[in-house]
Amino acid sequence: MELAEEKLDEHHLDEKEVVDVVVRFAGDSGDGMQLTGTNFTQATALYGNDLSTFPDFPAEIRAPVGATFGVSAFQIYFGAEDVTTAGDALDVLVAMNPAALVTNIANLVEGGLVIVDRGAFTAKNLKKAKYQSNPLEDSSLDGFRVLDIDISKQVLAAVESFGLTHKGALRCKNMWTLGLVMWLFDRDRQSTIDSLNAKFSSKPEIAGSNIAALNAGHAYGETAELPAGIHVYKVPQAKVSPGTYRNVTGSNALAWGLIAGSELADIDLLFASYPITPASNLLHELVNHRDFNINTFQAEDEIAAVCAAIGASFAGSLGITSSAGPGIALKAEGIALAAATELPLVVVDTQRGGPSTGLPTKTEQSDLNMALYGRHGDTPMPVIASSTPIDCFEVAIEAIRLATKYMTPVMLLSDGYLANAAEPWKIPDVSTLEPFPVSHHSEAEGFKPSLRDKDTLARVWAKPGTAGLEHRIGGIEKSYDTGDISYDPSNHQKMTDMRHAKVAGIANDIPLQKACLGEESGELAVVGWGSTFGAIHQAVKRARSEGLDVSHIHVRYLSPLPRNLGEILHNFETVLVPEMNTGQFVHLVKSEFLIDAEGLNKVAGQPFKIGEILAAIHKKLGAMESAS
Amino acid sequence: MNQALPKLTLKDYASDQEVRWCPGCGDYAILKTIQKLMPEFNQPKENQVFISGIGCSSRFPYYMNTYGFHTIHGRAPAIATGVKLANPELDVWVITGDGDGFSIGGNHMLHVIRRNVNLQILLFNNEIYGLTKGQYSPTSQTGTTTPSSPQGSVDSPLSPCGVALGAGGTFIARSIDTEAKHLAAVVTRAHDHDGASFVEILQNCPIYNDGIFEQVKDKKIAANFKVVLTHGEPVIFGLEQEKAISLNRESLQLEVIEVSGNEDKILVHDENNKILATMLATMSGSNFPVAVGVIYREDKTSFIDDSYQQLIKAREVKGSLQELLHSGHTWEVE
Repeated sequence: MELAEEKLDEHHLDEKEVVDVVVRFAGDSGDGMQLTGTNFTQATALYGNDLSTFPDFPAEIRAPVGATFGVSAFQIYFGAEDVTTAGDALDVLVAMNPAALVTNIANLVEGGLVIVDRGAFTAKNLKKAKYQSNPLEDSSLDGFRVLDIDISKQVLAAVESFGLTHKGALRCKNMWTLGLVMWLFDRDRQSTIDSLNAKFSSKPEIAGSNIAALNAGHAYGETAELPAGIHVYKVPQAKVSPGTYRNVTGSNALAWGLIAGSELADIDLLFASYPITPASNLLHELVNHRDFNINTFQAEDEIAAVCAAIGASFAGSLGITSSAGPGIALKAEGIALAAATELPLVVVDTQRGGPSTGLPTKTEQSDLNMALYGRHGDTPMPVIASSTPIDCFEVAIEAIRLATKYMTPVMLLSDGYLANAAEPWKIPDVSTLEPFPVSHHSEAEGFKPSLRDKDTLARVWAKPGTAGLEHRIGGIEKSYDTGDISYDPSNHQKMTDMRHAKVAGIANDIPLQKACLGEESGELAVVGWGSTFGAIHQAVKRARSEGLDVSHIHVRYLSPLPRNLGEILHNFETVLVPEMNTGQFVHLVKSEFLIDAEGLNKVAGQPFKIGEILAAIHKKLGAMESAS
Repeated sequence: MNQALPKLTLKDYASDQEVRWCPGCGDYAILKTIQKLMPEFNQPKENQVFISGIGCSSRFPYYMNTYGFHTIHGRAPAIATGVKLANPELDVWVITGDGDGFSIGGNHMLHVIRRNVNLQILLFNNEIYGLTKGQYSPTSQTGTTTPSSPQGSVDSPLSPCGVALGAGGTFIARSIDTEAKHLAAVVTRAHDHDGASFVEILQNCPIYNDGIFEQVKDKKIAANFKVVLTHGEPVIFGLEQEKAISLNRESLQLEVIEVSGNEDKILVHDENNKILATMLATMSGSNFPVAVGVIYREDKTSFIDDSYQQLIKAREVKGSLQELLHSGHTWEVE
């Protein structure tokens, strides 16, 4: 289906109270927009709104100042109701220079608020952003509320007493701007003040000047004569269940899920990986948690990383490796070795735009086919995907459970959006998590490396160091009965069938598919997997509030599929599958269940907008109506 | 600790698998020497692990009655590193060949050596790809005629010991498949070394590269073509022990001299001298002998020890999952 966009209800900023708001902070890579966004997020969480955030940064570490390709942005969607995406159109845009304005203004709603640093709109910067004339002076911003302030000048005055260099003083511009936006939404500055004091504890003048700038920005909002229609907006608190909350990115939730899985399985982990965007944060996080039964290894390349993980699994630990698309491609031969030798292995693929280097910092779901089929030989492997930043925690635990219980490599699909996006998380009570302790074989009597569990078909795990179990494994086909090398034709058939049956059997050990919103039958099912969850959820929710007969089916288990998925999908008149690829899952659904499913496909490096999916729902149901 | 282990013999180390190398392959001799040597280390058999890649030599683990892992082409050093990281108590051996170790697996070889992972690497160098039916390898002499180089190969060969030295190796040695006594002595020293021990074993392939090392193996003439290095001893060779290696201090190059009348110029082997070791490892040219023995050795902490030191420190206070999830900013909703 063609991608169309549907305009959502505009939030008229002339109201004093708004249900939800999307704010985007945009500036140069060096402007500190990520820090600004993180602090605003913290204050918003403490205020009691539900929220979702998405940092959007360039591949260049320090692009030339003022360049459009160097714009770094941080988007937050917060409100009084459940928020599951980082938002479609912007209500408020903070643009620290012309490049940030030109690359983002198209997403600002009519009547939205744009805050700009007038001091940065120099002839040179305007030229870099390819502006023919200064947008602050021509009429191009007429449809918006504009707060056009010489922030540089304000900041220099605010931090004068700290004796910073001119350049050092201007570094506080982001905090001044943050102070102003905090005033705009009635946020408490204390959490930011605390975090600045902690961050710069050894440099009190830096902490002090940033806090002064923050307070000055806030005071500016309170005291300055602002243009009509710009005032404090109230966003009512969300109704959330009681408990202790924190913000968490998908990357951290995944890392902590691996730690939790290691505790629940009571097994040591070796996390072996090679740096690659956007997957490296997992390694950065886990290396700091070696106080758990975890060791990390930065290998010389992707192949060495998967191989070291397999070596660790052979030795009785659980090997985990992680990468993004191009790196996963390099690991394919190793993954097949783990499948052939029936050793546990978890492979985390944080998908990014492809092919090749593609869009390293942007998101996509285009590795599904590689995860399902991207190996030589008949090499089946369970594939599961996380749906939200928080979900990464549970899915990581599940990957470890499946890998160790079935002695198989498992592919866990995340993506660049999930890795970097953050949302508030009601912290689970770890004592309620179900343990699944792993045991290694120790009985020498009757041992052979081909012993397997008759239910799971998992091969025995006998680790070096155990007396009496000395044995050899390897990539050459092994006899089903003895584990010795076998070139016997019927044995290869039997082993191939067994490998398939083992993975297929996992379908009996996973939850049955349910609709996560709506009924399990009806006119239209919107079926998704992975990070499209949030946008589909909102779109289906809105469609249902219009009285449309539509349900949301979210599939976590991509191989094997839940055994009742086909049955559920047959209960709908039609099926729509939005994906950030050219139609990989829809193809699977169609061929597996012989149903008439239609894809909605987007490969722009950006997540779906709610409006895009809602428009597709309307189109689909409209077409059905006119056909009947 | 030193619990008396039952004395094992060669038979304890032979697996029940039929050995399937070609008749006359040098690998048989190496296997026998290693099987015979293993009991000498007086270690629990269950702690010994043989890991290989792909190729003729890489079938080796199937014939050792220890733990063994026949992995994928070139990756044995990476797999072995994972094994050691998971269980540093294991005595890990990497078995590889010239194609496996220095062509497809060259990168892993460099890194396992530079990291000084505590294990033994036995590289069987027959200067040919055997299992794929005789193509030239990265150690084949230029001009080698093979199915993939019918007019002679144009590649320059690399010196395994030279590359291992360049990668920062801390134990570099060379021996010969059929020289059981010398090989056993070299491998024993490799095993005693704390770190990555690299042993190149010149190995005859009777099918695709027969006789390539005949000069250094034929007892009648070998003394003219190989020099046996011993730490602290003069570097002398020849059927009559009449030739020696000397360092020309003007040109900073090695040269072959007559022993007689030049006694004061003869090089004395210092296995801790990396510059001389590199020169001895890579001697080439018709009048130079092939150096065998321990070429270089240095004391350096191993990667596994250093990694575990960090782990021990990190685990002084055991992590708590509940605390980890509550770290940083949290807030209560009532």
